[in-house]
Amino acid sequence: MKIKAQIGMVMNLDKCIGCHTCSVTCKNTWTNRKGAEYMWFNNVETKPGIGYPKQWENQDKYKGGWELKKDGKLELRSGSRANRLKNIFHNPDQPTIDDYYEPWDYDYEKLQQSPELKHQPVARPKSQITGEYMNLEWGPNWEDDLAGVHESGYEDPNMKGIEESVRMEFEQVFMMYLPRICEHCINPACVSSCPSGAMYKREEDGIVLVDQNACRSWRFCVSSCPYKKVYFNWQTNKAEKCTLCFPRLEQGLPTICSETCVGRIRYLGVMLYDADKVEAAASVANEQDLYESQLDVFLDPNDPEVIAAARAANIPEDWIEHAQRSPIYKMVVDWKIALPLHPEYRTLPMVWYVPPLSPITNMVEGKGASATPEDIFPAIDDMRIPVQYLANLLTAGDTDVVTNVLKKMAVMRSHMRSRNLNKTPDLDILKQFGMTEKDTEEMYRLLAIAKYEDRFVIPSAHREEFADLYSEQGNCGFTNMMGGPGPCGG
Amino acid sequence: MNKTNPLLQRLKFFRKREKNSEGWSEVTVADRSSEEMYRNRWQHDKVVRSTHGVNCTGSCSWKIFVKDGIVTWETQQTDYPTTGPDMPEFEPRGCPRGASFSWYLYSPLRVKYPYIRGKLLELWREAKREHQDPVKAWNSIVADKNKKLIYKSARGKGGMVRATWDEVSEIISASMLHTIKQNGPDRIIGFSPIPAMSMVSYAAGSRFLSLVGSPLLSFYDWYADLPPASPQIWGDQTDVPESSDWYNSSYLLVWGSNLPMTRTPDAHFMTEARYRGTKVVSISPDYAEFVRFADKWLPAKQGTDGALAMAMGHVILNEFYVKQSTPYFNEYSKKYTDFPFLVMLDEKDGAFTANRFLTAKDLGVDTNNAEWKTVLIDENSGELRIPNGTIGSRWGEEGKWNLEMVDTITGEEISPQLGLGTSADGQLTIKFPYFDDEGNTVVTRNIPYRTITTLNGETYRVTSVFDLMLAHYGVDAVNGSNYDDANTVYSPAWQEQITGVDRESVIQIAREFAQNAVDSKGRSMIIVGAGINHWYNSDTIYRSVLNLVLMTGCQGVNGGGWAHYVGQEKLRPAEGWANVAFARDWTMPPRQQNGTSFFYFATNQWRFESNPVDGHTSALVDGARYSHYADYNVMAARLGWLPSYPQFNKNSIEVAKEASEQGHNTPEGVASYVAQQLKDRKMQFAIEDPDAEVNHPKVMFVWRANLISSSGKGHEYFLKYLLGAHNGLLNDDSETIRPKEIKWHDKAAEGKLDLMVDIDFRMSGTAVYSDIVLPAATWYEKSDLSSTDMHPFIHPFNPAVAPLWESKSDWETFKTIAKTFSEMAENQFTEPQRDLVAVPLQHDTPDELSQPFGRILDWSKGEIDAIPGKTMPKFVVVERDYASVYKKMTALGPNIKDKPYGIKGINWSAAEEYELMKKVNGVVEEPGISEGCPKLVTDRHMAEAILSLSTTSNGKMAVRAWESLEQKTALKLKDLAEDRMEERFTFNEITTQPKTVITSPAFSGSEQHGRRYSPFTTNVERLIPYRTLTGRQHYFLDHEMLTEFGENMAIYKPTMKHAPFHTNKKRPATKGKEIVLNFMTPHSKWSIHSMYFDSLPMLTLFRGGPTIWVNKDDAADADIKDNDWIECFNQNGAVVARAVVTHRMPRGMAYMHHAQDRTINVPATDVTTTRGGTHNSPTRIHVKPTHMIGGYAQLSYGFNYYGPTGNQRDLYVVIRKLEEVNWLED
Repeated sequence: MKIKAQIGMVMNLDKCIGCHTCSVTCKNTWTNRKGAEYMWFNNVETKPGIGYPKQWENQDKYKGGWELKKDGKLELRSGSRANRLKNIFHNPDQPTIDDYYEPWDYDYEKLQQSPELKHQPVARPKSQITGEYMNLEWGPNWEDDLAGVHESGYEDPNMKGIEESVRMEFEQVFMMYLPRICEHCINPACVSSCPSGAMYKREEDGIVLVDQNACRSWRFCVSSCPYKKVYFNWQTNKAEKCTLCFPRLEQGLPTICSETCVGRIRYLGVMLYDADKVEAAASVANEQDLYESQLDVFLDPNDPEVIAAARAANIPEDWIEHAQRSPIYKMVVDWKIALPLHPEYRTLPMVWYVPPLSPITNMVEGKGASATPEDIFPAIDDMRIPVQYLANLLTAGDTDVVTNVLKKMAVMRSHMRSRNLNKTPDLDILKQFGMTEKDTEEMYRLLAIAKYEDRFVIPSAHREEFADLYSEQGNCGFTNMMGGPGPCGG
Repeated sequence: MNKTNPLLQRLKFFRKREKNSEGWSEVTVADRSSEEMYRNRWQHDKVVRSTHGVNCTGSCSWKIFVKDGIVTWETQQTDYPTTGPDMPEFEPRGCPRGASFSWYLYSPLRVKYPYIRGKLLELWREAKREHQDPVKAWNSIVADKNKKLIYKSARGKGGMVRATWDEVSEIISASMLHTIKQNGPDRIIGFSPIPAMSMVSYAAGSRFLSLVGSPLLSFYDWYADLPPASPQIWGDQTDVPESSDWYNSSYLLVWGSNLPMTRTPDAHFMTEARYRGTKVVSISPDYAEFVRFADKWLPAKQGTDGALAMAMGHVILNEFYVKQSTPYFNEYSKKYTDFPFLVMLDEKDGAFTANRFLTAKDLGVDTNNAEWKTVLIDENSGELRIPNGTIGSRWGEEGKWNLEMVDTITGEEISPQLGLGTSADGQLTIKFPYFDDEGNTVVTRNIPYRTITTLNGETYRVTSVFDLMLAHYGVDAVNGSNYDDANTVYSPAWQEQITGVDRESVIQIAREFAQNAVDSKGRSMIIVGAGINHWYNSDTIYRSVLNLVLMTGCQGVNGGGWAHYVGQEKLRPAEGWANVAFARDWTMPPRQQNGTSFFYFATNQWRFESNPVDGHTSALVDGARYSHYADYNVMAARLGWLPSYPQFNKNSIEVAKEASEQGHNTPEGVASYVAQQLKDRKMQFAIEDPDAEVNHPKVMFVWRANLISSSGKGHEYFLKYLLGAHNGLLNDDSETIRPKEIKWHDKAAEGKLDLMVDIDFRMSGTAVYSDIVLPAATWYEKSDLSSTDMHPFIHPFNPAVAPLWESKSDWETFKTIAKTFSEMAENQFTEPQRDLVAVPLQHDTPDELSQPFGRILDWSKGEIDAIPGKTMPKFVVVERDYASVYKKMTALGPNIKDKPYGIKGINWSAAEEYELMKKVNGVVEEPGISEGCPKLVTDRHMAEAILSLSTTSNGKMAVRAWESLEQKTALKLKDLAEDRMEERFTFNEITTQPKTVITSPAFSGSEQHGRRYSPFTTNVERLIPYRTLTGRQHYFLDHEMLTEFGENMAIYKPTMKHAPFHTNKKRPATKGKEIVLNFMTPHSKWSIHSMYFDSLPMLTLFRGGPTIWVNKDDAADADIKDNDWIECFNQNGAVVARAVVTHRMPRGMAYMHHAQDRTINVPATDVTTTRGGTHNSPTRIHVKPTHMIGGYAQLSYGFNYYGPTGNQRDLYVVIRKLEEVNWLED
């Protein structure tokens, strides 16, 4: 057992209102600067849709993630190390700026400064790259709320297998939002693909970062990341990516995107996993087994053996204690209501999603009154979002797993309705899903009431292990004065 | 974080490292110093609590991060007082719009200095050279037609130049003083909306203008956000649950309210309530964001919601009142609604119609205000009784205005009878008005009646409101209803043809909604929004929807009732604010003009009516009183229903002077002199001749708003008639309806305003069209207060940085103007002036009892005497000492201690607080009128005064207010606030943490002991009457005007369906394919009105400029593809945008999200000669006469309380592809 601690995130898509506050607060803090204009460490997509960058999920196009070779060995989809070195000066799988979008600004100053004209002055869009006026044709959220998706929706890779049965028509319309950040994978393709060794996964918390000093602009990370969450700064010529706000996490604060999420959909917590099991878990033959195999990698933080091993691996005591209270563990392992995004990429992602319920009634069907007066929640099978679509997103196509999660959510609602109206709950139905009354009500509290301290269970970093804080205490902040770079224990 | 030699790092790719997990994982000793880059970025110097004063109801508290003196970013505060252990918290309130605000501070859109139109500045400097006196200089410009044309026609076309604060203050003051002397202070107009979002900033301008005697315009009605149904039913402007109370609901009907988009920080309470088992049902024509969260979606066609609601009411009445009786509903209906009250029946040609409420007067009972006491049957004795709590008991007597079930005359206990039931004398045939797309007709139904004989021996046939409702809704009181009969109007089968929603779904949802109310004792809630509120007949839609929560006993229950979220606000520290904001501490009354009427006349939209009133009135009346809508408004002004400023065709200062010269020196004497002048037509109301130059508004201030590009409905009319600017109006008034009460000029006046002043921090559409633009401090650069009804807290704005460049806070801006104005006034007036102010009959005052029985009697037609304050407005003389305006503005005046202080007709003393303010703010030492008064010099002084002088933020004031209401009602009430008596909020306290308000009679619910706010709970639990005629919630309204329009009860009325062009004379030639669609302007996801629409972050997140959403098949019909440039036009004007094509929209309607400013990414149109306009270019408002009623119980005027709405939704446009994109760079 090679035990490691990792900060994981769960996003409850059933609560996501698609507001993009996360994107904006993240951008203001991290990528609101030259060279990073087009970068959204956090973005939100309307699904169905092709997203940002266009068709990022199409690995035939971008060759991201891992694939299982015939010999059962795992290899980056972008090919062998030798193959990547061969293409080191020309990487054909790179997204272009048009796949993201060409960032623009406006000549706002015209509004104050125009001389008198024949017509009202107007501020027009100009490219932030060329400075020329431009015709806007794509953006980081072009398909918001199904804009243009009557056509682009068919290009969404998740429509695979349902193109014929699901049409982009008013009567069948469905929609969900997908907020995305770096997955901080357990088996990160970006790290493995970097010829400069500039990418690394932090030992203490699993955060995946680019060493800005070491990056040599090869950009294999950009194409190898199947989520397209490593970006290339055209000003500094370095790769950049979501840092999981480690400067905040280290202080015990949630990421910016999590704290500012007004849908209150995000949860952060510690997961313990066994690094020795990673390769095997990522190498299972059947893609639909990847979800379960990743679950097997996680360790039970209450298991005395795990606790002992964690202590032996120098994982701090409060980290173990936080792992035991982890909301992520509850949703991912205990209740199994959160699922990984595209497990078939075999990167073992660490941002998991609770799938959305959606309006279920089909307007043309006009079925009318529900079957029984008590059961006012319509059946999962009538869901407006096709279950296959969710399965393509979250379980490599396995609809049973998704259906099971949605049913659990519906049963929880039904149970709580009985409580709310002082009626006798049906405990048998809970049993069918392997749930107890206590579980169900705890799940309800975590999903609905979700206080700040319950959503974000984050231990602080232990810097005392890495630096002489006795002297840093007084030196902290005096950059360069002591002859070395960086403040405070750097 | 050990370091290695960076040189070695480069070779690492080729080097072996320590590996484990069979080579799958490795640990390297790498240099991690580059992590410092991100740590350094995160580090900051301070975090300041502030918020955004934008026109939204979020009122979110924010952390503003400052690093090296720069505002770098903002994130939400998470420290709101808790909602308790079993509920979600309010944190983190905020949205992407607010999160991107810091962009504005340093952006190239920022207004950094004062600007003035270059042409005007040239004229001014030339005039100043000629005339020493600045007022004469201004006169020399505006008295000269050619000079006026030079600068007015240049409006909106660039050519702004930088000026100094001194120079623009002089120009503004000169224009004001000139206007006061020439035409009166009522020709100077102020427009600023939604004070709750930044109370001091609003009050800055309103305080200054109120001291001058200039009217402030209302906004809530003008925005068409005011639901007139609320004052109609409850006598209340709007009172709604805070968003956390959604969580208490177990059945949520979300009706045309796009919560994720427009209530972003609150939406989570809805998504989370689902986990508690709350069923969510959405009603929306399109697959909107909120529909995604619903368990069921009823896709009713746009504008047909009234039909759906009537059918739901039909089901509930049938199943829960007739087929079986529901004890919970019955008890509620008897106690809290007008169901048991009796209505007289009129006979005409053998058929009966409902007339009006039976009153004590009709019975011949001798009691205080007998005309205002309504009557019901006591079910125990079968006798007629007059209960406590009617509006007749509210005024002129004490201790009887309560909902105790006792006979107000005898004090005996009574039990109201719901319908006539067994005490009926028989059945008769009754006629009700009916409207559909074919027109207006009549429905005949049966109803029980009873014959009564009065003390005077007269006999009347009467019925109950309950019986009227059953008959009207088509539910037989004995046999109930057959849902499948499409010929029974308001049945589920009937609605199917109109709404497109299957009848089974309607029956199911109505039944579930009501059953849930039974199971949960009233916790069924309807969230209503702009989707059903911006229509011409929104009040009838709302009444049909709100009836559902009354019928099911949900109103006044936590987790139940209506929740109207459309531009509503709640200025919680109400009394303190209202006093300082309208300078009531110095002078009373202020001029407060209803915005819709003002703009209807000022922008000459009234000249373009082509759809006569007659088509919209009840088939049971002989016809409309007038054909022209404007005539109703003239009548409303004349009868004291609505305010009307500009006031008369004569300077109001001159009027007072003449009265005095004629020897009229008592208040009564002056009033009757003015009444006589009007009666003799020696003087007229200004709206009787809006085109006469003497009646024009002359100077206008706009602050905290974007009137021209956002809220100016009928945009092109604004440009042409108000501003005289280049415009794209395609309409023609040569063949429109001519009014009877208004003088018609064949040539309409253009460019009425002499000076338009805009105060803003960004170059918005309004700034571009203004003459003077003053640089405003942003919300991160000043102190102010914020509150909302979405949460129960008050929290502050604090400056994170000082006002940048030459900007000033609104408070400092108006102080600067007031100082210059006052100094200049000394040379213009030798003494204080006397100003004759006409005031409408006011809500929450005894004026409510002015015009009994809701009968319309017009003194100008000789139908009744002209009695000021009774049959016409009140006329009051107010002293204006123009030289002391600045001194008064910056000190708290003595009226606070000397005059009765209060709200909603309740009075108490604030003398103690006045003394307290001297200590808190300090005392004015300069000699003069304000010497010894508490200071109001800074925005912080204003904020402290507002907090200390309000019941929600000062426990002692709250207790005194409750004591006063105890006196009036003889109820025990003050315990609601006594536990917080020692609390008085200070600015520092709310900066430390937002504070929950104290329960106050200024509102109708309780926050006591951490309870979530829900409206009308004190009415239900504490038996405080509703401020209505019967004192109960009204299904039935008996005013003659409502009878004329067939709206005595909730009713379905189809939308107006205004064709794109009423005459083809000016219809641009058809080119290629085009489509005609219903034009809607819902709220935008990427802006709050025009705010943020112009910011780079928001423009980047959605398509970078104006867009119009259309269905894919509609688009295909006109060969339009996604992202094509399109033009969209009708007779009112044209707008250019990119098409957003989608299958999310149904066919037949287009969405142009509201207020996409015309300053960003807008090319020329083909159909006009200029640049595309705004979303309001294809709109024109349509005023509804029933919104003008006044002087009658709850239907009495209040600022932002009652008045016609500026609705603009019943319109159609032509949409086609733009042939060629021309940027008009010249």
